[in-house]
Amino acid sequence: MSNRLTGIAASPGIAIAKAFRLNNADDYVPVADKAADTHIEVNRFRKAVDEARQELEEIRILTEQRIGAAKAEIFEAHLMLLEDPDYVDAVIEGIEEEGMNAEFKLHEIANSFIEVLSAMDNELLRERAADVKDVTGRIMSKLRGVSYAAIAAINEPCILIAEDLTPSDTAQLNLDYVLGFVTEIGSRTSHSAIMARSLEVPAIVGAGTAAGDIQTGTMVVMDASLGTVLIAPTEEEVADYQSRKLAYDQRRVELRKLLDQPTLSADGQHVELAANIGSVEDLQKVFANGAEGIGLFRTEFLYMGRSAMPSEEEQFQVYKHVLERMNPKPVVIRTLDIGGDKELPYMKLPEESNPFLGLRAIRLCLSKQEIFRTQLRALLRASAYGQLKIMFPMIAVMEELRAAKQLLEEEKGKLVQEGVPVPENIEVGIMIEVPAAALGADFLAKEVDFFSIGTNDLIQYTMAADRMNETVSYLYQPCHPAVLRLIHMVIRAAEREGKWVGMCGEMAGDVTAIPILLGMGLHEFSMSASSILPARALIKEVSRTEWAGYTQQILAMSSQEQIQQFVKQKLRSDLQ
Amino acid sequence: MRSQTFTILNPSGFHARPTKVFVQKVGTFPCKVSVSKGGKKVNGKSSLSMLTLGIQQNDEVTLEVDGEQEEQALQELGALLTHIFEE
Repeated sequence: MSNRLTGIAASPGIAIAKAFRLNNADDYVPVADKAADTHIEVNRFRKAVDEARQELEEIRILTEQRIGAAKAEIFEAHLMLLEDPDYVDAVIEGIEEEGMNAEFKLHEIANSFIEVLSAMDNELLRERAADVKDVTGRIMSKLRGVSYAAIAAINEPCILIAEDLTPSDTAQLNLDYVLGFVTEIGSRTSHSAIMARSLEVPAIVGAGTAAGDIQTGTMVVMDASLGTVLIAPTEEEVADYQSRKLAYDQRRVELRKLLDQPTLSADGQHVELAANIGSVEDLQKVFANGAEGIGLFRTEFLYMGRSAMPSEEEQFQVYKHVLERMNPKPVVIRTLDIGGDKELPYMKLPEESNPFLGLRAIRLCLSKQEIFRTQLRALLRASAYGQLKIMFPMIAVMEELRAAKQLLEEEKGKLVQEGVPVPENIEVGIMIEVPAAALGADFLAKEVDFFSIGTNDLIQYTMAADRMNETVSYLYQPCHPAVLRLIHMVIRAAEREGKWVGMCGEMAGDVTAIPILLGMGLHEFSMSASSILPARALIKEVSRTEWAGYTQQILAMSSQEQIQQFVKQKLRSDLQ
Repeated sequence: MRSQTFTILNPSGFHARPTKVFVQKVGTFPCKVSVSKGGKKVNGKSSLSMLTLGIQQNDEVTLEVDGEQEEQALQELGALLTHIFEE
């Protein structure tokens, strides 16, 4: 048996290769020495800084081309450090005044900053210490005439082992040779983990100091989907992982083929696969995974983590950006869904004893109309730039729907008077999250253009079980007959009025639920972007007509367990 | 020399991005600018030193300006300190 290590699965995939141990340049500790000629020493330092700057410029451009502008910002911060008077100028002054060698002064001044920043009780500030280390290591290597890190020198396939990878290390990885990496420290959200996912290279972080003992040349197997590292594996283990890797890679290639294809069931019927997003940054994943639209754009992020409400203009810019990027694909934007577990401290709302049953979502918007009107205006103004559909969350009764639509009409009227173009045909829909809305779907359907079923809340309210409460988590059953009957009722009601129905809760991406929902006639499935290709692959194998035939049988079953068993059995024969 | 104290409104304090914006603005003034919090005073033209203050929401920060255009610097930089995050 080989040695086994476990770390955090930061970016999925399997890699098998010899280890390449990266020695961090910042291990070097210079000796204090008097410079022979301070003038020459200062020039030597300036030259090192210039070389570091050139190198950073190149890496910044490379990163922007390969990973995108947002990630390249890290290197702008590095470049800015090279302009910092308390860093670069301070080293020069130190050399001139004390007559010391450049390496020593650089190390001393950088360390004073690294120490203070590393001790901060704020994670974002502690991360800046890594930037100072990275830049210092780069200048230091120029002074010493050695190449910074050895990443550039790698010229054969390997798995990189390092204490941690600096942002510049990750950006320089040559993916023809580096098949994956394992680091001793780090979390799922550290720079290296985020970059690894963007580059789609298998990565395990936080594997502990034992990872540091892996010597260059040792055979290593990493299963980054599970976070396990095998050191010096046996021949059988290597063979086993080679076949697993083959299967994994084949599956990925198969899924990639579906990227730009429409989502068709086995009997050729089209459904729409859309993505849920929470911010503009998520758009990249929407495109990378071939979504046919956005089925849920949560606008809460615009309001959270700040000290005041976002202005109409600010909201308009965000909505316009998303609509333009997605055009002509549809974008369903949900109006503010705050309250319950999502608070806005600056709104200073009174505390409620049952926040999930209290003043949240549409209820809050109808009681604070100014906030709601501002958002509606921003949405209406942005609607000229793409295929906008507006969705109201948590509607329970007809009065709420009518009041929300009334406000929308009033704002539309004002805009038209102001001479702002607003398209006539913006679709307006509601989320079905409250059992009352599901049971009343027949009359609600007459006054909307679409429904989107929000299963996370619908299940919670149907089962009367707080989904955050561990002790009742067994009641969170997406495929419980009660939930399925409500969903079925909603789809039928919409069908009778000629309206479309989507689903934007977790359930829409659930492998067991998809065939049932397909059979019931759901039109649109909206899920996290990474679930889209697997869902498209599954739908391809499932016949809608056949599953429509199972609907009554499923609805007559008495437990989730029984229903799940039934789906599994049928799927197995479908996939054979 | 002139100085004034401001309260930071940003809920997430003073991180890389706001620091960058602030330091770049400081760089447009010819006068000396220093920023202090809790008795520690640093050069306003150094983002690295600014970060070491660990400025958080509701912190009181004193701005000190000395030299050419100090009046204008105090006004514009003070406004930036308070409102930088509301944009």
